Amino acid sequence: MSVPSQDNAARTGLFARAIIYSALILFAVYYLLPLYVMLVNSLKPLDEIRQGNMLALPNQWTFEPWRSAWSTAQIGVSPTGLKPYFLNSIMMVVPAVALSTVLGAQNGYVLTKWRFKGDNIVFGLMLLACFIPFQIVLIPSARILGLLGLAGTIPGLILIHMVYGLGFTTLFFRNYYEAFPTELIRAAQIDGASFFQIFRRILLPSSGPIIVVTVIWQFTNIWNDFLFGSSFSSVDSIPITVALNNLVNSSTGVKEYNVHFAGAILAALPTLIVYIVSGRYFVRGLMAGAVKG
Amino acid sequence: MAITDTAKAAAANPRATLQDWLPKLVLAPSFALILLFVYGFILFTLALSFTGSKLLPDFSTWVGFNNYVRLFNHPNWIVALKNLAIFSILYIFICSVLGLGLAILLDQKIRGEGVIRPIYLYPMALSFIVTGVAWKWFLDPGIGLENVMHQWGWESFSFRWIKEGKMAIYTIVIAAIWQSSGFVMAMFLAGLRGVDNEVIKAAQIDGASTVTIYRRIIIPLMRPVFLSAFVVLAHLAIKSYDLVVAMTDGGPGTATWTPALFMQKFTFGRNEMGMGASSAIIMMIMIFSIIVPYLYSELGGGKKQ
Amino acid sequence: MSFLQINELHKSFGATHILKGINLEIEEGGFLVLVGPSGCGKSTLLNTIAGLEPITSGEIRINGNKVNDLHPSKRDIAMVFQSYALYPNMTVGENIAFGMEIRGVPKAERDKAISEVANLLQIGHLLDRKPSQLSGGQRQRVAMGRALVRDPQVFLFDEPLSNLDAKLRIDMRTEIKRLHQRMGTTIVYVTHDQIEAMTLATKIAVLKDGYLQQFGTPAEIYNDPVNMFVADFMGSPAMNLIPATIVTEGNRLAVKLDRSQREPVLLPLSAPPAGLAAFSGRNVVFGIRPEALTDPDGADRNASQLATSDCHIEVVEPAGSDTFAVTELGGKHVVARLRADANIKPGSMTPLAFNLTKAVFFDPESQNRIK
Repeated sequence: MSVPSQDNAARTGLFARAIIYSALILFAVYYLLPLYVMLVNSLKPLDEIRQGNMLALPNQWTFEPWRSAWSTAQIGVSPTGLKPYFLNSIMMVVPAVALSTVLGAQNGYVLTKWRFKGDNIVFGLMLLACFIPFQIVLIPSARILGLLGLAGTIPGLILIHMVYGLGFTTLFFRNYYEAFPTELIRAAQIDGASFFQIFRRILLPSSGPIIVVTVIWQFTNIWNDFLFGSSFSSVDSIPITVALNNLVNSSTGVKEYNVHFAGAILAALPTLIVYIVSGRYFVRGLMAGAVKG
Repeated sequence: MAITDTAKAAAANPRATLQDWLPKLVLAPSFALILLFVYGFILFTLALSFTGSKLLPDFSTWVGFNNYVRLFNHPNWIVALKNLAIFSILYIFICSVLGLGLAILLDQKIRGEGVIRPIYLYPMALSFIVTGVAWKWFLDPGIGLENVMHQWGWESFSFRWIKEGKMAIYTIVIAAIWQSSGFVMAMFLAGLRGVDNEVIKAAQIDGASTVTIYRRIIIPLMRPVFLSAFVVLAHLAIKSYDLVVAMTDGGPGTATWTPALFMQKFTFGRNEMGMGASSAIIMMIMIFSIIVPYLYSELGGGKKQ
Repeated sequence: MSFLQINELHKSFGATHILKGINLEIEEGGFLVLVGPSGCGKSTLLNTIAGLEPITSGEIRINGNKVNDLHPSKRDIAMVFQSYALYPNMTVGENIAFGMEIRGVPKAERDKAISEVANLLQIGHLLDRKPSQLSGGQRQRVAMGRALVRDPQVFLFDEPLSNLDAKLRIDMRTEIKRLHQRMGTTIVYVTHDQIEAMTLATKIAVLKDGYLQQFGTPAEIYNDPVNMFVADFMGSPAMNLIPATIVTEGNRLAVKLDRSQREPVLLPLSAPPAGLAAFSGRNVVFGIRPEALTDPDGADRNASQLATSDCHIEVVEPAGSDTFAVTELGGKHVVARLRADANIKPGSMTPLAFNLTKAVFFDPESQNRIK
């Protein structure tokens, strides 16, 4: 996305440019507004939200909602805050991302550089798997997790996220390695390198960008997942998104909006940081996920 | 052409044979997992949809298409389908128009593009649950937009769609568009940047105005992007679940049920697993009828090399 | 005995038959060039010799040993690729030594081999650079260095010069020839450039559509093409292939070349090929290379059969060392190669000398040479 602007830009007059800039800024406000609302109101006492203006800056600044969201808010039956669930999510995300990325890289390598009869069918089936509505696998997944003794556990969630991420990770690496010159593989074969040596010594050192793209994609998707988390977790393994939803939607009594907002930002923070730090790769992953082939 | 099974015939040497099989051995676990967890499970759910399963899978009571008949006679499913229609039409249309519009505006050699673009796109990094929380309270009449307007002195302002059965689905559309339109913008922007500069120069020499160039040349060239955006958005729309749960949880009443929510509520809430399975099958048919032709055309070109 | 031997080689990929019964052999120290248009199977043939693609049937022998089933690294070959295929993450030195590293050669020995090759190719100063920091010509040298360091029985070159610009290509061509003369290792070399083929080869194999069209020395291929394809493919500018009729004049055969709006050209043949008599009164394709069609002053004085005819010159193309003139014969644009200072004007009628000793005839139906 770092392509320089092209000449299709109109040679427009000052007035037109003013309109263009106004429109662009207006939309920037539109996209920023919810984040602003969340942030501002997470720093106000509850009374100020109820009686005051949601768009106004806090009269009285307080970090109390953040502290509460992190460590004391009532979630489900226990007043633990989001902290344990945040840690659940981390323990779930890290292995799931690592496993699906490693497998995807190897699959991409085989599917492009060691092609065999029917490889396109294998790839097609793996690709199609990216798009299934996950509702269709919920019931049997629950069963198989039960059979494996993984029901309601973090390893169970890791398995599920790894499997349903494989299609995308394979797609990313396959498309990347497709453009990797096959002659290099041939040269390495003549040099006597084995299947894994070629992968480790020749392909992997050049795979930095696609590894970053894949890791970001998988991290974002798994961190943000709600469906699997809500279906396959038990008290000890609930991920952050589910906990946040519980906090916001099933809290009885007073609705602590400021705590909700602080919790929402906490839940969004890891992916937001990833996005801010490496937005370029994030966008590349989105594009790769959208434009197949 | 790839380096297919290089020394296939080297059967005499066991090491060489292992080397031949290695690629397939490496791929096999992933493929087996996909076969089981995706296609095996689809078959399982398909079979389930023909049974009278309630709380647990029960393959002893076969009911034929009964679940499908009940499904399409159930008012909640009809509501879910109507909502899906409203949601996907508006969501796809507005995201595309907004995405293209913003991309064209951003492509006018904008100073500060590097600041604006990430602002448009960041919602895509958020989970639907977070988006839902933000919009749920922002649109809440008690503390949100309506209240803000009242505070600012516009006492008669009323915006309580999220509480109104008829209008609540539109608030979900609003939040979903907020989340995805930046991404569509990025797709179109990449498409615009990929347009051959010389074509545009030729059109300028032919005396075409900027508007004409966009209307007659550039936008028609964006066809593949429209197609990709359509496929991505349609598939997101059919899957839409998290956002609804976070914003309204289907309410008020059943006003914002979608097929995905229906499946969830019937299978796990009302112990109607057979019907839940049949609704999942219908969802899959809807998605595949869009995705399969698309993938076929995208991959079909590459196959014949 | 021949050093590299290929017997009845067939290769299919799915339903496509890519190589259809290739027989070739080259002596030790020979330079075999595989040449043909793209898609003719020449690169596939090279890959099967390297072991990078399996063969369907047939036999490949190197130094008497059947290598059909050997892994590429076990065939004692080295290969230079069209894209050079330098490992982008390794330095030049590491690239050259990678094969040795895989085989577990100790570092000291590797370094010695690297420096020898680097001296030979004058790339010593580049050893610590990455391939992306090299120019095209430097990459080419490194790729050759990587092959040389293996000291193989056979070198395989897959269009190694096609990515270089014209001048560098000629320099490297000379360099390859010099290296070959110095080391005397057998080389198999694929190219689509017939000039490269002519200048480098001791033997040329011309391929088309998976069939071996002709196999012989450069001179044989050039002077005695077996069919119209070989005649047309080898040589630049290409051989003129002119539709003609064989007529009998008295007891002699002659070639009649029709011209639009002019008298036909009649060229008497004093020593026609034996098979030509059967074509009397029939159509043939008359093949004559541009250098055998020239101004009478510039004609080969040793030629035993020279015939001169006035031709209408349509276009004149001075090329510095020669002047090319285009005339119309048998409905074709025919190129003649004249001395640079030949006095010739477009639109004029100019006598051109046909060196019929060098002329060849083809059967228009089978496209084969009439001998």
